[in-house]
Amino acid sequence: MSVDAPVRAMALETIGMTKIFGSFTALGDVSMKVEAGSFHALLGENGAGKSTLVKSIMGYYHADRGSLLLDRQETLIRNPRDARAHGLGMVYQHFTLVPCLTGAENLVISRADAPGVIDWTKEKKSLDAFLDRMPFRAPLDVPVASLAAGEKQKLEILKLLYLDQRLLILDEPTSVLTPQEADEILGLLKGMTDRKEISVVMITHKFREVTSFADSLTVLRRGRRVGGGNVAEMSTDDMARMMIGDTQVRDRAKRAERPAGKTTLDLAGLMADDDEGLPVLAAVNLKVSAGEIVGIAGVSGNGQSQLVEVLSGQRPLKDGRIFIRDAPFEPTRDAYYRMKVFGLPEEPLKNATVPRMSVAENMAFRNFDKPPNAKLGWWLSPGPMRAKARELIARYQVKTQSPDSPIGDLSGGNVQRAVLARELSGDVDVLIVANPCFGLDFASVAEIRSQIMEQRNKGAAVLLISEDLDEVLELADRVAVMSEGKITYVAPVQETDRATIGMHMAGHH
Amino acid sequence: MSDNTLFIVFIAILGGALRVSTPFMFVALGECLTEKSGRVNLGLEGTLVLGAMSAYAISYHTGSPWLGVLAAGCAGSALGAMHGYICKLPKVNDVAIGIAMMLFGTGLAFFFGKAYIQPTAPRLGSIPLGDWTGNAQLATALQINSLLIIGILVAMAMSWAFANTKWGLIIRMTGDSAPAAMAMGVSVDLVRFLATTAGGFLAGVGGAFLSLYYPGSWNQGLSSGQGLMAVALVIFARWDPLRCVAAAFLFGATGAIGPALQSVGITQGYYFFNAAPYILTLFIMIASAGSKRASRDVPGELSITK
Repeated sequence: MSVDAPVRAMALETIGMTKIFGSFTALGDVSMKVEAGSFHALLGENGAGKSTLVKSIMGYYHADRGSLLLDRQETLIRNPRDARAHGLGMVYQHFTLVPCLTGAENLVISRADAPGVIDWTKEKKSLDAFLDRMPFRAPLDVPVASLAAGEKQKLEILKLLYLDQRLLILDEPTSVLTPQEADEILGLLKGMTDRKEISVVMITHKFREVTSFADSLTVLRRGRRVGGGNVAEMSTDDMARMMIGDTQVRDRAKRAERPAGKTTLDLAGLMADDDEGLPVLAAVNLKVSAGEIVGIAGVSGNGQSQLVEVLSGQRPLKDGRIFIRDAPFEPTRDAYYRMKVFGLPEEPLKNATVPRMSVAENMAFRNFDKPPNAKLGWWLSPGPMRAKARELIARYQVKTQSPDSPIGDLSGGNVQRAVLARELSGDVDVLIVANPCFGLDFASVAEIRSQIMEQRNKGAAVLLISEDLDEVLELADRVAVMSEGKITYVAPVQETDRATIGMHMAGHH
Repeated sequence: MSDNTLFIVFIAILGGALRVSTPFMFVALGECLTEKSGRVNLGLEGTLVLGAMSAYAISYHTGSPWLGVLAAGCAGSALGAMHGYICKLPKVNDVAIGIAMMLFGTGLAFFFGKAYIQPTAPRLGSIPLGDWTGNAQLATALQINSLLIIGILVAMAMSWAFANTKWGLIIRMTGDSAPAAMAMGVSVDLVRFLATTAGGFLAGVGGAFLSLYYPGSWNQGLSSGQGLMAVALVIFARWDPLRCVAAAFLFGATGAIGPALQSVGITQGYYFFNAAPYILTLFIMIASAGSKRASRDVPGELSITK
């Protein structure tokens, strides 16, 4: 690859792109124009066709109709390799780096002209020279598996720049980043587009990112283009209206004023090890009262996921006790049932469902062995199970073809809703929630947050663990900060601010 | 037990380790290569036996044991290629195919091998490494076969290639993340097909060692599960070729405990000591199943439910 030649931004235009799956039109006649050197946002709800559009551009799908213009030349992209050869690069929601290879190995092997025998001294030198020209760096000498999400994301983007791509498509690039990391990376990309080095197309549903970084946007709804233009000429209200159309977004549940109840959930000196056997929770102490949301903020990787795993019985506790209403709690199925402990773990498809089992079966996980779903505790009756599932599907607006479809076929927001339906439909005393809105669209986020608030208002003790500080500030009655496996700061939400929390998140106490 | 007996036992174990380890080593290296690409070939036991038979037959007919080794490799590649091709078909489970291939390979070897149980074929020579010691026992123990050295060289080459060549990186990439490999335009099926074929070649050569050097004859009870143990050995070695060599020596040494003790007149528990490699396999599987480091080194694409 040439080291000194400036990277020229590329213009992209789609005309009448149409993609039909069976009887379902995923993309209907979508035209989108991205000027060379612009930062273009592609907005839309889950299932609006954003991914289908970019996958058709990248050659994963073959559009049924429509054409693609690169630098005003009609271009046929048959497969992802073609796209790469034309200078189109994409950063996916899931990482495409190979976990067992180091950063350097990942970069070198991704090159089309990777040498048969790799001279690492030479390659390291040219990689260093490349990094010196880049606005940000990432560690190259350790296996990618051991990098934090933010570093992986930077490395994904660096890989595309290393390959000399002239137009980058980013699929919700900031969903795995802290707000600071997101701002940093998007700011740097914005700088590169301003210098006309690259063009960027970013799929997102965060309005803040659109207004702060994008120049122009396209809004999709149900596979059709419903609006677009210059970001400067639009308000976020306009964007929201275009995005969700006539769908009624549920009003946020109000925080009911209520006196602090008695302590319900008491974490006393919790200690646990991570997968490598190193201590990751170093005596976590926290109390949550009835009718209160305690939000734990923190930079990812400070023990939050492990805390959730301990509370949901996925990770053994090395020391310490969990008390619920002063009674010791062991994470067993029976105790969850008796003490009314429920949870929404992060990545619900992985942590709270069995993807290949049906929606109805997944919804019955809490009570499939209790009447009316079962006789004698072991003879299951699918009838009542399905009936209950139908009711929950209607009440929680889960979009699924039938209660019998595998839950893995549902979109992210609908899986989250299905789990929510299972966990919140009964009486809840303790609710443990982790990153509940991760990667969800506007309408789902509002919906899920108000459900959590409702549980609080009904008197549940809610422990919310979130990497999204805005979410913590919106929902929590008290804010706690977790740093290096400990709770380092607790304060009522009215008595604290972003700066103080941020300082504790960064580890300065 | 006097110092002298201890010395004899030690020498016998050392000699055993050097002799017995070679087939383990080749099969383990072959399996290591295959598994690095993200596929499990449990059929290498069959490959080993077919390799042993082919090597013996070709050596008998041509009079050249090295041609026999080559024939064993080719027979192994053929079985590997067959496994690789069948697994490429949609919804085929590589573990199930591996077991079928194991039975197929042994069956084929017994079918064609009937005629070669009686005749004597030219065997591979040995390199006397221990003549300088002046100790007859040590000299016998240190007589090694060139295949052992070739095996160590292959392991070193594999270890180097996994880190320093394009093909090495592509194999690791395919084994760890098929979507990433496909996104880079790599044909995952082709890489796995080639890796399984090459792995089959190595396992076949391991079989040639059995029939042409030690024990050095062809019969139906030749392998006694070494090909299967080698698969366990790869897990123990955490998919590292050099550790595969070390693990093969360890297995060879445990296999030699029984005969070594017998040679100094300890016959009590003879069968128990002969079972040592199998017991070791069992313990290794238990120990490595709980090891968190092993779970980190395992290629991401390996799975029994694919």
